Amino acid sequence: MTTSAEPYVLNIGPQHPSTHGVFRIRVVMDGERIQDLDMIVGYLHRSMEKLAEERTYTQNIPFTDRADYLAAMSGNLGLCLAAERLADVEVPERASYLRVIFAELQRIASHAMANGTLVSDAGAWQTPLLYMFREREKILDLFEMTCGARLTTNYMRIGGVAFEPPDEFWPALQELVDELPERISEYEELLTQNEIFVARTRGVGIITPEDAINGSLVGPALRGSGVPWDLRKAEPYCVYDRMDFDVPIGRTGDVYDRFMVRLAETRESVKILRQAIAGIPDGPHKTDIPLALRPEPGEVYGRVEGPRGELGFYLVSDGGPAPYRFHIRAPSLINLSLLREMARGAALSDAVVALGSIDIVVGEIDR
Amino acid sequence: MPAGPTQLEGHRVAQALNAALPGIATTATDEWVEVDHARVDEALRWLHDSDEFDAAQLSNLCGVDYHDHFAIVYHLQSLDRNHQVVVKARIADHEQPALPSSYPVYKGALLQEREVFDLMGVHFEGHPDLRRLFLWDGFPGHPLRKDFMGIGEGLTSGLSRFPFENKGNPDRLLNRDNVIQPDEQDVPSDWSGAAPA
Repeated sequence: MTTSAEPYVLNIGPQHPSTHGVFRIRVVMDGERIQDLDMIVGYLHRSMEKLAEERTYTQNIPFTDRADYLAAMSGNLGLCLAAERLADVEVPERASYLRVIFAELQRIASHAMANGTLVSDAGAWQTPLLYMFREREKILDLFEMTCGARLTTNYMRIGGVAFEPPDEFWPALQELVDELPERISEYEELLTQNEIFVARTRGVGIITPEDAINGSLVGPALRGSGVPWDLRKAEPYCVYDRMDFDVPIGRTGDVYDRFMVRLAETRESVKILRQAIAGIPDGPHKTDIPLALRPEPGEVYGRVEGPRGELGFYLVSDGGPAPYRFHIRAPSLINLSLLREMARGAALSDAVVALGSIDIVVGEIDR
Repeated sequence: MPAGPTQLEGHRVAQALNAALPGIATTATDEWVEVDHARVDEALRWLHDSDEFDAAQLSNLCGVDYHDHFAIVYHLQSLDRNHQVVVKARIADHEQPALPSSYPVYKGALLQEREVFDLMGVHFEGHPDLRRLFLWDGFPGHPLRKDFMGIGEGLTSGLSRFPFENKGNPDRLLNRDNVIQPDEQDVPSDWSGAAPA
């Protein structure tokens, strides 16, 4: 016997564990299936782009910490690279290496968080998440000993980085890099063959490569669909052109592939870290820039491959000390362009996992 | 001027655009090409389908308020050829800015156009779901416009002055003009400086 019910509206969030922040979705349900979905964001809107127009370029760096608070280093790096290109500032080589080291550490920490919360959404309640927090803790400890902060690092500066890491940083980093491959293997054993996890993620939330490109998806969400696109390869910045690493891609574009791409990227990050530690030269860690940087009138679109994909900064200068226009191209927001299409017809529990695999950070969505 | 390492020359794009769609590109510089804002969807569609430019992905869409006009900036990305095309649309109407939506060409424009509509008040005609994104529906005005709640006449945020920039500059008192200095004050001669009883 089949029964049919009237469609009903279900509200999820803004405070809900599966939305990873203050993110609200209204779904129209037909029984267990989603008919339509509407996302309501803005609970964390702090009008960064407006505020930035009254602050100097350096004063804007802390905003990038608070936009994507799980990948503050990548945000710092993106803004600094854009501002450096706008103002034509040279960066010492040691600073570029330090930037690569911190950006890759941040990528590992962010991917650990993304994968941990994803498996948590899929039903492996908290255990894998806390396993992954173990490595993240060590990375945050490294950040803390270098710049005093764990999340909102505010470490990079226009023209270099703020501080030279302390002496105890290097042995601790080496120890972490040595043990990371083993830890990553542990997660692979724990999760990738787990029957329940595979059943929950295989074939769920499939995004075709055509849709992924047309829908402006970037980062692991794009690579999970089998598109080998990584800005570290396509438009190398810092010293990524000297690093030897691969770009893992998925086969089918489902949740499982996006999970595996993140896990594999962590391995590649370890490879980059090894090369960066071996190759880092001596020298100054920053160049002096004027207190108030006044770039020539013009505009620049600088971008980096953050943990969530292309993190862009569109800066327009009118010759003054503050940017005339400061726009953050937020991958978390734009990766959600296909959420509605992905969710239609799916079961609610699958949509939650699909949302988790996109890896959103609400601070970056709302800015 | 700084240009992205993989950014295509605007002149080249303008030439190709005008050859295919006469009169569509109005201005071009080394960095970007400006197209007729009423036909921006045509231009984007052509760049998307063109084999030479292969603008497969809309990587960034944002608006800039230039006081008397708006510019909508499209950063288009070719993944196969690894280059970037920057297209701008200039909207002269500052009161009721409107231009065709790029959503039929790029699905990735869905949320980005909603963001520009929300914060700048630019209407994208043909967008399937043009609502405010971050702010609530009754919010007065569009905050990213330059005339939204500006600082009053004659006052500045103080950003233009950095007295500490030049060491040795005698005028190192930050925001000196914001307070009335003692030598400018008209103090009564019988005032001893003590608080009134």
